[in-house]
Amino acid sequence: MAARDIHGPKPPWGEHFQVIGQGHRKVDGPAKATGDAIYADDIVLPGMLHAKTLRSPHAHAKIKAIRTDKALALEGVHAVITGSDLPEYYGIIPWTPDENALAVDKVRFIGDEVAAVAAVDEDTANRALELIEVDYEPLHAFLDPNEALGRGEPQIHEGRKGGNVSKHVELDFGDVDGGFEEAEVVVEGDYSFHGTTHGAIEPHCAVAQFGADGNLTLWSSTQITHYVQREISKVLGIGPQHVRVIQPCLGGAFGGKSDPFSLEFCVSKLAMLTGRPVKMLWTREEVFYAHRGRHPAQMHYRTGATRDGRLTAVDAKILLDGGAYSSYGLVTTYYSGQLLTGPYHFPAYRFDSTRVFTNSPPCGPKRGHGSVQPRFAFEVQLDRLAEKLELDPIELRRRNFQGDSTETINGQRVTSNGFLECLDKVEAASDWKERRGKLPFGRGLGVAGSMYITGTNYPIYPNDMPQAGIQLKVDRSGLVTVFTGGNDIGQGSNSVAAYLVAEELGVEVSDVRVVAADTDLCPVDLGAYSSRVTFMVGNAVIDACRKLRAQIVDTLATTWECDKKRVRLMRGMALDLEDSERAITMREAFQLTEAACDTLGATGSYNTPKLGGDYRGGAIGASPAYSFTAHVVEVDVDCETGFIGVKKVWCAHDCGRALNPRLVAGQIEGSVYMGIAEALLEEHKINRFGLHEGPSLLDYPMPTTLDTPEIEALIVESVDPEGPYGAKEAGEGPLHSSIPALANAVHDAVGLRLTDLPFTPAKVLRALREMESAAGA
Amino acid sequence: MLRLPPYRLLEPSSAEEAVKLLTDEPGEAMLIAGGTDLVPNMKHGLFEPKTVISLAKVEGLEGVSDSDAGLRLGPMTTLADASQNELIIERAPALAQAAGVVAGPQLRNVGTLGGNLMLDTRCRWYNQTYFWRKGLGYCLKKDGTLCHVVEGGARCVAAASNDTVPALMTLNASAVFLGPDGEREVAIADLWTNDGIVNKKVSADELLIAIKVPPQAPGHHGTYAKLRRRDSIDFPLFGCAVRLDLDEKGTVSGADLAAVALVARPMRVKGVEELLLGTKPGSEAFDQAVEEVAQLAYKRCRPLDNVPGDAEWRREMVPVYVRRALRSATASSGA
Ligand SMILES: Cc1cc2nc3c(=O)[nH]c(=O)nc-3n(C[C@H](O)[C@H](O)[C@H](O)COP(=O)(O)OP(=O)(O)OC[C@H]3O[C@@H](n4cnc5c(N)ncnc54)[C@H](O)[C@@H]3O)c2cc1C
Ligand code: SF4
Repeated sequence: MAARDIHGPKPPWGEHFQVIGQGHRKVDGPAKATGDAIYADDIVLPGMLHAKTLRSPHAHAKIKAIRTDKALALEGVHAVITGSDLPEYYGIIPWTPDENALAVDKVRFIGDEVAAVAAVDEDTANRALELIEVDYEPLHAFLDPNEALGRGEPQIHEGRKGGNVSKHVELDFGDVDGGFEEAEVVVEGDYSFHGTTHGAIEPHCAVAQFGADGNLTLWSSTQITHYVQREISKVLGIGPQHVRVIQPCLGGAFGGKSDPFSLEFCVSKLAMLTGRPVKMLWTREEVFYAHRGRHPAQMHYRTGATRDGRLTAVDAKILLDGGAYSSYGLVTTYYSGQLLTGPYHFPAYRFDSTRVFTNSPPCGPKRGHGSVQPRFAFEVQLDRLAEKLELDPIELRRRNFQGDSTETINGQRVTSNGFLECLDKVEAASDWKERRGKLPFGRGLGVAGSMYITGTNYPIYPNDMPQAGIQLKVDRSGLVTVFTGGNDIGQGSNSVAAYLVAEELGVEVSDVRVVAADTDLCPVDLGAYSSRVTFMVGNAVIDACRKLRAQIVDTLATTWECDKKRVRLMRGMALDLEDSERAITMREAFQLTEAACDTLGATGSYNTPKLGGDYRGGAIGASPAYSFTAHVVEVDVDCETGFIGVKKVWCAHDCGRALNPRLVAGQIEGSVYMGIAEALLEEHKINRFGLHEGPSLLDYPMPTTLDTPEIEALIVESVDPEGPYGAKEAGEGPLHSSIPALANAVHDAVGLRLTDLPFTPAKVLRALREMESAAGA
Repeated sequence: MLRLPPYRLLEPSSAEEAVKLLTDEPGEAMLIAGGTDLVPNMKHGLFEPKTVISLAKVEGLEGVSDSDAGLRLGPMTTLADASQNELIIERAPALAQAAGVVAGPQLRNVGTLGGNLMLDTRCRWYNQTYFWRKGLGYCLKKDGTLCHVVEGGARCVAAASNDTVPALMTLNASAVFLGPDGEREVAIADLWTNDGIVNKKVSADELLIAIKVPPQAPGHHGTYAKLRRRDSIDFPLFGCAVRLDLDEKGTVSGADLAAVALVARPMRVKGVEELLLGTKPGSEAFDQAVEEVAQLAYKRCRPLDNVPGDAEWRREMVPVYVRRALRSATASSGA
């Protein structure tokens, strides 16, 4: 079967699903709950060494010399490496490889990696780091993106065109100027979004072993095994067939583990040099330096509309603070504009987005990559528009709904679209009509909507091969093993693979084993990013299952001498629908089929259709299916302190089909939690010295259970024509509109327009006082 | 994970033995109770004791006892136990409340009252890893010569951040120390200096063996109000305890107010009793007095940029939290 075959959203057997749509446990749930699960740091190998990294105390400096001899001479030290041992550049985006495992001739932020030591234990390695002497020549440090935009010297990345600009994208669609001329109201405003980070509970860890056979094995807490394999091969100069990357159980990632990281190259190199296995576990502080979190963004928006609230044009200017390296920056810059063109119809749209380098930890893809910041600005713009037009903000959004099976102004194909139902659900659940605008001063409700991709057809490195591949092995014991390159980072993609196999082949979920994210064993999947895994791996699983199913059904029909239509596989049994005498276990069915057809197995794959606008960058952000979300947030503003209390959040999310509603609700709750945290508490901030303000979980205040609002997850199922049984993403979309909905709720509560994130009580109080004195004046 | 520097662990079984071990290695040995302050500080390279003397096995340092002289609290009483202890809740409600809002539940299960009293001062430029402080160029309190809070400042102003101390001060509690020369008792209000480097007049070879809370007035009321961003885990950005004694008629016969998270020493706001005396909660006069106390506190309490959070906003919060504390004090249980 060809890679692009879509099997449609219908149940495989008859009208009803047997497994899908029910609240199953995650396949790895019990192991995680009991402590049996093996994370990277649980791996201990005979003779294993421990490695540590020396980091730059300067925000921007040239390295004049590094002396490592004293460190090497320390007892217990096995190897010391510096930039010259790993000079090859790498980077997740093949067009912008600007990272080195260890700094080659300059350092670009406080925390940048300079040298690594492998020693008998961590304490010895730490002591050795103290013995490494580095001569630095400090350079002017850029801590303000505006300065980096205006001043090209000294260049953070020498020899690049365009000073300290990392990426600039300017695109326009439709007649923007005409749209504004046509507009009867125009709303214009400045917005700013601060840096935030992922805060995955497991810090990054990697273990490498270099065998006598010349094969390198790397266990790493990564969400992109395949890309890590490619980059390791490139940087270490060994063929990819000799590099095996394995992702053990992962303690959360949220986009923070979707780049190749210094530690992966260092442990590999150190293992090759010493002939011993080498482990490196980062401290929490080091994770803050590795970052790749939300880009701080300064945004200016102009939104035009007719008097009855129909959008006529949208114009955006965005400045992104990218930090010291490119990471996904090229994509981020596109996403910051490209992903705004739904769920509303934009007749004309222009964006001008620039990402600059600064001397701070590199930014990258945090949950809702690139589009959370513009979504905040735009949805507040819509609220202001509704205010101006004296329209209910939900009604305004309904009027601009783009519809399903349509194309956006920037050429993105939209298939299923359950946004209206999302709006209906949050409106009803929050009792919006009765309460919005009518609550006592201090309390208020706000709404916002959003759209997000379900994977993209841009495969990071150009190739025509499938984005996701699957292998199935069927055993006479009755076990079905699924081999998937997909990275389960806690979102439950391994579980989803098991549910799909169970549904398709009629076996129990417990009779499916998932072997995942091991590049030696599993066919390629590109990784857990862009909310692509359930959709793409899911489709590939169904594709593989259909081939096997055909073999089994054929065999049984032949054996039973009946029509194929009469054969049913369900709940561990193979049945003849018209003869109750004929019922065998799936184990027996597998054995019969194996006898008839030979050893059983199948492959399946998925690739996106050709998507995207016909212009440079048109494929970035083009997704086979978009998810849609609406939030209503209820707040209680304490006008004496400035604290915003979030009373409740209603989040309706169109995930196409909830393969397991419990997992979808979990993703919605997690997304809301993270969005509210960004709005009110968390700030990844670099201070005037170029130092992270507080790289610890005490100073980076992630909400505790006490700080987490009540959340009502409302699932909308628009059943996408191309998703696995109609499923779309659920992991990132439900974050987006939580933040503007909160801001809009504050306006309803106290009449204050908050545009500068995060909404700390100090800022809110100041703004309240300013508003009062302006009203008094 | 951050690594602990190497140290030797000793586990004496008596208070005398613990003091002897401290005197044996002057300046090199430190006591550890729950370790929730000392361990992170050691990991950050702020303290590098060669010897760590655990109080876990020392007899007689735990629990709460009652006598005519008031309550005697063992320093090894955990914060969780203190916050749930019936005697403390009844006789010293502000202390129970304060103990119950220190850090988070897990830390309160190991953190102790004694450790809280003896807590090191805190500063955003100081409670950081060795690497971070090196990038900064260190500061006056440890390894450096500059202060980053008060530019050009010659004295460290790291903040006293112990939540239980304001409550203990308003309760007129005292601390009993055992040193090489025997026991001494000192009012907790008199324990402090203005120096953020070491803000206690306690010598390194003294062991806190008890906290004494004298009997309170029959109509004692007390409460603790804490400003923080999250409802758990976080150190105070401002904390204030109040005591309100009401006579049989329900009018104020005694009052006190103390605060932390300002400067190096916990601070008693003087003149509070005079303002409140003779007023009756619920009356206009009381409300008026509360407002005056709030304004007095606002004048006296000037948060610095030493701990996280906008210092100006923290100052704005002083009268708000003082008001809230005074209002809720009358609602709290009194003996
Ligand atoms: C994440 C986090 C959040 C925190 N939040 C708060 C907070 O909100 N409010 C707050 O007040 N504290 C907070 N703390 C600090 C700490 O948990 C508490 O102050 C706790 O009460 C300390 O007690 P301990 O027994 O763990 O002290 P330890 O760490 O064992 O000791 C602290 C200091 O006291 C000395 N010491 C201990 N016992 C004695 C004794 N009997 N005699 C003489 N010296 C002694 C030790 O030598 C050490 O210098 C927090 C800590 C963490 C890690
Ligand atoms: S107040 Fe000044 S000297 Fe004291 S810890 Fe803070 S920065 Fe250092």
